[in-house]
Amino acid sequence: MAEAPGRAAVAEKAKAAPKPKIKPIEDKVHCWPYLVRSEFVCSIILMALLMVWSLGIDAPMEEPANPTNTPNPSKAPWYFLGLQEMLVYFDPWMAGVVLPTLIIVGLMVIPFIDINPKGNGYYTFQERKFAVTTFLFGFLVLWVSLIVTGVFLRGPGWNLFWPWEVWDPHKVVALTNVDLPYWGPFKLLGNPKILDVELLGLTLVILYLIVLPVAFWFRKSKTSPILQELGPLRYGIVAFLLLTMLGLPIKMFLRIAFNIKYIWVTPWFNV
Amino acid sequence: MFKRLKDLKKTILESQVWRSMFRHDYADTPRNRTLQIMSNVWMHLHPPKVRRHAIRIRFTWCMGGITFLLFLVLTVTGVVLMFYYRPVAEYAYADMKYLQFDVPFGMLVRNMHRWAAHGMVLTVWLHMFRVFMTGSYKSPREFNWVIGVILLTLTLLLSFTGYLLPWDQLSIWAVTVGTNMARATPLLGHEGPFAHLAGVTPRYDARAFLLGGTIVGPPTLLRFYVLHCIFLPILASLLMIVHFWRIRKDGGISGPL
Repeated sequence: MAEAPGRAAVAEKAKAAPKPKIKPIEDKVHCWPYLVRSEFVCSIILMALLMVWSLGIDAPMEEPANPTNTPNPSKAPWYFLGLQEMLVYFDPWMAGVVLPTLIIVGLMVIPFIDINPKGNGYYTFQERKFAVTTFLFGFLVLWVSLIVTGVFLRGPGWNLFWPWEVWDPHKVVALTNVDLPYWGPFKLLGNPKILDVELLGLTLVILYLIVLPVAFWFRKSKTSPILQELGPLRYGIVAFLLLTMLGLPIKMFLRIAFNIKYIWVTPWFNV
Repeated sequence: MFKRLKDLKKTILESQVWRSMFRHDYADTPRNRTLQIMSNVWMHLHPPKVRRHAIRIRFTWCMGGITFLLFLVLTVTGVVLMFYYRPVAEYAYADMKYLQFDVPFGMLVRNMHRWAAHGMVLTVWLHMFRVFMTGSYKSPREFNWVIGVILLTLTLLLSFTGYLLPWDQLSIWAVTVGTNMARATPLLGHEGPFAHLAGVTPRYDARAFLLGGTIVGPPTLLRFYVLHCIFLPILASLLMIVHFWRIRKDGGISGPL
């Protein structure tokens, strides 16, 4: 699209003149040909790429299905390996059911909890630091990096192998994981229980998921215009989803650094 | 001679048959540019005009359009594959081998279907990433984002159900691992929290409902085939109609207010 001659001069003039109050007419172009031609070129490039790729690389095909021969490791399709990787840190009801559901629901509620009107329709980090940081952390650090770990670094027995290491199916990894009440200083508390529910874990979970966000609300909501605008309901949802999401790296850290398996054990489920 | 050709062209262009198909000529006028879009059922997904920044690749990455194109590729190649494939445990693997070695271009069609499916998962993610980064889910486009999240889920389920169909070691064990989670569903899975309250057993719980049995077996193959070829594509198509329609109704592609 050729620029109209003298455009700079017009812009200079417009700068000098006082700004009119009316909304300027939007800068629009015809879809035919400007958009349709890009779509056409894009489709052709993509089809050519797909064709070359498919001519060169065959889709995988292994021996016939055999329910009596379990391969080690058995891996889910690559796009679900983030979930399979979470199984290392959480029980299946959490990693396989609750967290995936929360991911989907959490994505759906984004437009209703992000009430910042800025950054609508253009790229910006400055005007929405919290939203962009949280999303990037969830998408890149948690989702994508766990998939990369699952695809490339997990071998037999779901043990970690570096890419240059040989997958040894007989690799022995000592299981030294303990639950939180039997770890370090917590041993001194003697793991008190009510109805077989560990009180230490219960207290920690309540502190983390309820007391922490509520205390933060009462401390900050008077002075923070963002929290006031958000209101208690939206704030509650944001806090719950954020803390649940952060639960994953917290559990990963506790496992990798201190070999802690469960924070909280109950007769029905473990966290 | 030249005059004759010109007359012929005139006769064709002014014939009743031609004019019944094409409502306008091809001269590059603003009116025709609009009609080109408005009077064509395939083109009229587009508005006659869009904001200038919206056609820049670096704004949209073209990811939504590529995803839609891959969906179309998958539909076409998928229907071709359906002519040769039977979702029966005895035949499924043999039919895959038949496609690979005997059917002309069979392997190419299967490869295209497979790689386009992986590609679509990636492009859906990148599309969501782009929409988030441009804040395009913000008012008035909240609902379309929700539809998009459902479409993302459906894409993953479509890919996952298709994963089983080759009926080789890779597919049944990947699906076994993937569906094992369902047995831990709270209340509804026999190994999940509070399972005894709902009274579920290994044969009658969420996972057995999904698989049609206690293991990934022949009933699972048929179930996943029907989900993959009928149920999920129709559902996704319906939601795609809503998704595209809402883009137009919510004020077109997003831009600075």
